[in-house]
Amino acid sequence: MRHRTPFGEAMMTFKRTPLLSGLSIASIGFSLFTIGLFALVALNFQRALATLAERVEVVAFVLRGTPTETISQATQDISAFPEVLDLKFVSPDQALSRARRELVEFKEAYRDLEVNPLPASFEVRLRPAFRDAEHAQAVAERLRGFPFIEDVRYGRDWVERLDRLRNMAAAVGAVIGLAFAAVAIVIIGVTIRITVLQRSKEISIMRLVGATNAYIRGPFLIEGALKGVTGGILAIAMCWLTLTLFRRTATDTGAALAFFGPTQMLLIVVFGTAIGLGGSLLSVGRHLKNV
Amino acid sequence: MIRFNRVSKIYPNGVVGLKDVTFQIPKGQFVFLTGHSGAGKSSILSLILAEQRPSEGEVRVSGYQIAKLTHHEIPRLRRRLGIVFQDFRLLEYHTVEENVGFALEVTGARRETIANRVMRALTQVGLASKARAYPKELSGGEQQRVAIARALVNDPHILIADEPTGNLDERATRGVFQLLQEINAGGTVVVMATHNMELVRDTGYRTIELRSGRIVFDSGVDEDGATR
Repeated sequence: MRHRTPFGEAMMTFKRTPLLSGLSIASIGFSLFTIGLFALVALNFQRALATLAERVEVVAFVLRGTPTETISQATQDISAFPEVLDLKFVSPDQALSRARRELVEFKEAYRDLEVNPLPASFEVRLRPAFRDAEHAQAVAERLRGFPFIEDVRYGRDWVERLDRLRNMAAAVGAVIGLAFAAVAIVIIGVTIRITVLQRSKEISIMRLVGATNAYIRGPFLIEGALKGVTGGILAIAMCWLTLTLFRRTATDTGAALAFFGPTQMLLIVVFGTAIGLGGSLLSVGRHLKNV
Repeated sequence: MIRFNRVSKIYPNGVVGLKDVTFQIPKGQFVFLTGHSGAGKSSILSLILAEQRPSEGEVRVSGYQIAKLTHHEIPRLRRRLGIVFQDFRLLEYHTVEENVGFALEVTGARRETIANRVMRALTQVGLASKARAYPKELSGGEQQRVAIARALVNDPHILIADEPTGNLDERATRGVFQLLQEINAGGTVVVMATHNMELVRDTGYRTIELRSGRIVFDSGVDEDGATR
């Protein structure tokens, strides 16, 4: 005689109602796929912004005639700023040769110079967490405090625009992400509710022969969790397929696009499992209240 | 075993299910509940099963006061009861033995004892040979016997039978009824709601007749109102 175990009962539901089980896995999978796809767009957008933010740089121009010892000391002091990732001192000669190399349209003008007009400078790159207008300005202010610093520039307008773009992306991302998640939860909840209703007769029999609510819930929770896991894996597979197809059609932009890392994939599966479990718990709980 | 003391049941939609109903069923008795549809038979059964709580009065079943039952106590009470329905209510995707064993599993019975107890119950209802069959492979009478085996397997104090012969032909009816009589002979209280007056007349069992939620006849009560 086959003994009923919560896991066995959950597996049996898949076997005896393959269509309904398949549909609920597909609905969880597609719901998570929309979230996953959005997350993929957000992830790549964030990466693009981070690449842009790498250009955030503070340049401090040094007064002519500043002694080498002072510059060495300043290099140590500035490097110790918590915001600083790395610091480069560019001597006037280096600045000139760089200008000759990079600014080809002024090549002639730079070639005939008798006196080098370019000042020495410190080029400060900031750590990723400090690549915003507020921190760039704070570093610039501190640099201005050195008496041998003539001027400081960090492309204020550009950095502020980047900040605005980042904030807007985060806000829009959060709203759309939450909306997608809410829709997914509703769809998954409805799907699981159909499964529960389909087995309402069984539930009422269980109750009448003295089953506790915990005993009744067990197989449903396992079933919900299994559907969530499978739906999550399905969603990751669909996201990967979509990205692969996109990479094939749009070879230029597609190649640069990134896919989820192991942690992010695990998060999608965990999210699916949590939705499956939560949806089952709510649906069975509501049903048990009414029978 | 079962005591209804001035019990009324009024449903949320205002329908009166029972009105001032009083009776007692002592240990070992077989009782018919009769009356037309809507007379109050189902209300009495659902109060015994703790599916409902009384609006007024007191219902006591096997030592439990229904109105004061907690969520944890309801399954415990139901494990002392055996329940048989007109529509059998078997799990269609489970075999006969699984349907019967399931009533034991929910109580947390030891696995090694379940198979034996299931076979004992199936033997008692004459269906040991159909243990591996599925409900849809059985006749109505056989399905009802499976339901009775499921009700019996926990050695209940009380067996509730709600129109158990309502869907059966005469031969199957006699068979099922005989089975209920045998169960009662073993000391189990049997409360059977039925429309089958022929069955009621042919036996000398106590009959409680209901009309519009009130008891209009109780053959088990003498002129002083005492339970015989």
